[in-house]
Amino acid sequence: MRHVIVGAGPAGVVAAEQLRGHDPEAEITLISGEPEPPYSRMAIPYYLIENIDEAGTYLRKQSGYFDEQRIRVLHDQVTGVDSGSHSVALAQGGSLGFDRLLVATGSRPLDLPVPGGDRPEVHHCWTLEDARAIVRGAQPGAKVVLIGAGFIGCIILESLALRRTELTVVEAGNRMVPRMMDETAGGLIRDWCESRGVRVHVDAKVASIDDGRGNHAAAVRLENGQVLDADVVIAAVGVTPNAEFLQGAGLDMDAGILVDRQLKSSVDGIYAAGDVAQGVDFSTGGQSVHAIQPTAADHARVAASNMVGRHQAYHGSVNMNVLDTLGLISSSFGLWMGKDGGDSITVHDPDRYRYLNLQFEDDRMVGASALGLTEHVGVLRGLIQTRVRLGVWKERLRKDPSRLMEAYLGATRPIGYNAHVL
Amino acid sequence: MAMALKLEPEKCTGCLQCEMACSYENEGVFNPAKSRIKVFSFHEEGKFAPYTCTQCEEAWCMHACPVEAIVVDMATGSKNVLEDVCVGCKVCTIACPFGTVNYEPDSGKVIKCDLCGGDPWCAKACPTGAITYVDEADTTYERMRAWAQQAPSAPARFNPPKPKEVQVFER
Repeated sequence: MRHVIVGAGPAGVVAAEQLRGHDPEAEITLISGEPEPPYSRMAIPYYLIENIDEAGTYLRKQSGYFDEQRIRVLHDQVTGVDSGSHSVALAQGGSLGFDRLLVATGSRPLDLPVPGGDRPEVHHCWTLEDARAIVRGAQPGAKVVLIGAGFIGCIILESLALRRTELTVVEAGNRMVPRMMDETAGGLIRDWCESRGVRVHVDAKVASIDDGRGNHAAAVRLENGQVLDADVVIAAVGVTPNAEFLQGAGLDMDAGILVDRQLKSSVDGIYAAGDVAQGVDFSTGGQSVHAIQPTAADHARVAASNMVGRHQAYHGSVNMNVLDTLGLISSSFGLWMGKDGGDSITVHDPDRYRYLNLQFEDDRMVGASALGLTEHVGVLRGLIQTRVRLGVWKERLRKDPSRLMEAYLGATRPIGYNAHVL
Repeated sequence: MAMALKLEPEKCTGCLQCEMACSYENEGVFNPAKSRIKVFSFHEEGKFAPYTCTQCEEAWCMHACPVEAIVVDMATGSKNVLEDVCVGCKVCTIACPFGTVNYEPDSGKVIKCDLCGGDPWCAKACPTGAITYVDEADTTYERMRAWAQQAPSAPARFNPPKPKEVQVFER
């Protein structure tokens, strides 16, 4: 069986390993669009603060690992997929046939859609190549303007501040991490960042990137007329799936490649996993793109199993994120914004930057968000994903919302023992 | 023979010797807050439950790690955090549905039970046999569940944000 995997991020690498585990005889080719060995974009913030070197970002660190696993890593771009003849076309020429194809190409950052958005001072923070450029430009004392305070922007925020740059953040929404935290928690994150010396503008739209004033290379002009000096501008204004090369291949697409519970696309023999895939959403029962590492790994495992003919059905991904903004740790899970007809329990202690919001439907937890909770925080996932009826524990949580582990232990047994949740 | 921690809440008196032993052996301090095993109190029922990583087969933490910092110990089957590889991203802490991987702000890394390399101190410290290290086949979470369903404080703890050092510029 010939397996071709396009994309060498976490989904691609985990799938390749799983395929090898399932089938020692299979031919496995992993196609990477970048020159480096397969690496983790999630590690880039730690590269920026020089906590790790480039090798520290590699997904598999043992040298010769992929050769040893007989996983062929090909550094090339796929320009097209012929779903009739089951082959992919390569940018460097030629094509590659497959029996099963996994599209794990992830996403890429959107360009800043304003005049001057393509100036040389404007960087994405996405690839190792981007990170190298930021390390060169964002030296201590440099004026850095970060456009976008979504999840990715906020992860970079910490690295830029820890590099001792003079950092200003511009967010078009009304709060920081608007798709991860509610207004109260987003407001507390902003207060905390400002108390740590980072200037934050919310409800602020960028009008253009202009020539700089004085000895600054660029100036960020906001729609409200304010002008921010910048030596480096970082754009983190959203992402889009890498799926253009699939044009004409006949795959059903929406926000990503639509896949069923087997992670199979609408075309036989072609699967998708990770940020490029729009798979079953545990919380809504619909299909969502959950561009997070745990979903990428889960997708990859289920896809690989089905690619070798071992039927496995995915129960769906729970959206979740964890973020550290200069020491204030936030996390959110599932339907953190709540569900119609549901109710919630909230702890709000702004002086100590504590926040916990639990969302329920009847006596089942469906979502949660937290600030400053680092111990046993994963149990929020367990409480949501087991769909356990909390019974008496809901009232106990209302009295003391911090008794999450007790509620879990009291109301359920460990799901790892109980069920193949995947 | 594969060995595993067997936790029997009905034998637990809540003495916290396991937490002390764990934090001392693994972190060098007697500080239950740094223990990888925790005793939860169910004051309504007057019961206690020791709980830690079950070294589950799914290993959500390990698969969620973006930098291969969690690996299987081939001798014990435990999933261990490689401290020099962990970057402190905390994804494993939200991926573990049992809540047994914790971020430790002092080190900037995560900590979880590694079975002390096959000689777990919590089991040695437990005076009532509530925590034992036995043949894996002899550990039943059914018992845990049966107990827990009749039942239910060490509450989930909040940490105040620990400021990281940055340069604060005059505006």
